[in-house]
Amino acid sequence: MKLSDSLLSAAASLRANKLRTALTTLGIIIGVAAVIAMVGVGKGAQLRIEEAIQGLGENVLFVRNGTNVAGGVRGGANTKISLTEADAAAIVTGAPSIRIAAPTLRATGQIISGNTNWFTTIYGVGDAYLQAREWQIGTGRTFNPNEERASTKVAIVGQTIIEQLFSGQDPVGETIRVERIPFRIIGTTRAKGESSWGRDHDDVVFVPLSAARSRLDVGKRYRGSLVRDITLKAHSADLLETAEQEVTDLLRQRHRIRPGAPDDFYVRNIAQYLEARAKSERTMAYLLAAVAGISLLVGGIGIMNIMLVSVTERTREVGLRMAVGARRIDILVQFVTEALAVSLIGGVIGVALGLGGLAATAHWGDWPLVISPLSAVIAMGFSALVGIFFGYYPAHKASRLDPIVALRRE
Amino acid sequence: MKTPIIQARGLSRDYTVGAQTVNALIDFSIDIRHGEFVAIMGPSGSGKSTCMHLLGCLDTPTAGKYQLDGEDVSTLDADALAGLRQRRIGFVFQSFNLLAGASAIANVELPLVYGGVPRVGRLAQAAAALDSVGLTDRAHYLPTQLSGGQMQRVAIARAIVNRPALVLADEPTGALDTQTGQEIMALLAELNRSGITIVLITHEAEIATYAQRVLFFRDGRLIEDRNASGDLLVRPPSGEDKL
Ligand SMILES: Nc1ncnc2c1ncn2[C@@H]1O[C@H](COP(=O)(O)OP(=O)(O)O)[C@@H](O)[C@H]1O
Ligand SMILES: [Mg+2]
Repeated sequence: MKLSDSLLSAAASLRANKLRTALTTLGIIIGVAAVIAMVGVGKGAQLRIEEAIQGLGENVLFVRNGTNVAGGVRGGANTKISLTEADAAAIVTGAPSIRIAAPTLRATGQIISGNTNWFTTIYGVGDAYLQAREWQIGTGRTFNPNEERASTKVAIVGQTIIEQLFSGQDPVGETIRVERIPFRIIGTTRAKGESSWGRDHDDVVFVPLSAARSRLDVGKRYRGSLVRDITLKAHSADLLETAEQEVTDLLRQRHRIRPGAPDDFYVRNIAQYLEARAKSERTMAYLLAAVAGISLLVGGIGIMNIMLVSVTERTREVGLRMAVGARRIDILVQFVTEALAVSLIGGVIGVALGLGGLAATAHWGDWPLVISPLSAVIAMGFSALVGIFFGYYPAHKASRLDPIVALRRE
Repeated sequence: MKTPIIQARGLSRDYTVGAQTVNALIDFSIDIRHGEFVAIMGPSGSGKSTCMHLLGCLDTPTAGKYQLDGEDVSTLDADALAGLRQRRIGFVFQSFNLLAGASAIANVELPLVYGGVPRVGRLAQAAAALDSVGLTDRAHYLPTQLSGGQMQRVAIARAIVNRPALVLADEPTGALDTQTGQEIMALLAELNRSGITIVLITHEAEIATYAQRVLFFRDGRLIEDRNASGDLLVRPPSGEDKL
């Protein structure tokens, strides 16, 4: 019997029992769609975290000022300002796991160019900060040590500033006013894009730390060499925890905090937190995919169940086919083809449904759309395997029927 | 003289059901020549169908030897027997055994499908077979849209589509009224005149009159072998004789 004949014959008998075929297929559809959707959601979760880590910069930690306690009233973060530029310098030399320690000031305010203005965030930083956070310089250049020392009124601006104030034109050489003080733009940063949470990384202006301190209002709050926070970059992800410990020990010593007394600063290990979250979300998604895989398996058992019923019902047909010359392999192929057809049709519909579900989640659920062709191929292959695996036993049973017993069956 | 198409020597078939053994056919020996029209008669349970299944290579004997057209088939495996049935034998059953979901012509071409005949040739051959049973205009009807007599004609077309030397019919008129039964018998007689050997089971004496030779079975044994004029034929050699 030729393959085309097997296919025709399978199609005919599947058509003969439309409702049954549809219900059997449904089991596979649900299984495949669930696998596709879960893998997609898992990949989306991973992508979100990766984006977040990318926005943050790899292996980054933050040290922030601590909490002021006055008469039992705790003031929240950054109310007891004690971090200094000297602390940052001490961390680089004293904490072996730390590669970069960049002290920063931060202000928000209106910036003006010509007759347009824009509300943005202004960072007082050095080139070290740009390196720690992995900002790439686009046009122009970064700060030089002279400018960092001498409070020079220069600025590096993000892509959103270019869009908003310079209509996309290269602003290097132009002047912006920050708190009415003119800063000359010496460089631009490349886009980091929007995070999945909708925060615009590129809506930012960098000026030298010394310039922010001496020329902007923020300097009045952070007197002497006090800073808002210190951005740290560890040598590697494995060292994040060690780095946290080293920095804590070092700062407690420098700030002369007695044992048992609380820190007057916070070390925030966001990178590690994100890594951990990425890992748990990935694990969760794959767990769900595995559960979905089990439902595919259940769909396969459904196929087997129906095929067994079908073989029993069609015993006389099998006997007749044998009487007119069907060999065992012909019967086997016929029933396996039927099972395979059910599982493949289910696979195709399931993939379409799963991808549709993902697209819907992406559209309405604010979730990154990750379509993995590989997972579609694997899901199809898996459902084909399910069809063959669960179709084989009933088909084998049919092919082993004794023609005379089959023909006598009423 | 040509080798007989059927040569059976000492064929027996036992069925074991639980601890019990049923001797459905006991020490059956016969020679049937090419072109003969043989009827098998006997009470229900006397082993007629069992005998036909053995002659039709649907089953293998528990003991004895069977040569189809000079070829020993008692030792062939299931697939070899399937090939043999496909090429040499056509079956007609009391209950027609048509595939319910397939049209008349699709039913007729089924043996050719398993014979690996290409689609175009298959359709032509099936159409010719349907024509020879007078059902050209019903080629695309489903079995449910046909009368009993027409269904049996489709079954006969299916039995002869691969031009077999032997057609075996197990009570082909059993489910039909007398008139229709006569028509079916006339058709089988016509096939027989064209040279096909026919072995037919019936329990109606009237039907048996179409045959040139009648075998009577009782309790699994062949007890009588007569020609049309009622003469007792010489008993075929017993099981001990060599083939
Ligand atoms: N598959 C089987 N298993 C057990 N016994 C069987 C089987 N087929 C037939 N028989 C027994 O063999 C005997 C002969 O049956 P059968 O050849 O069908 O008789 P007939 O066709 O003459 O009515 C009966 O007793 C029947 O019960
Ligand atoms: Mg019978």
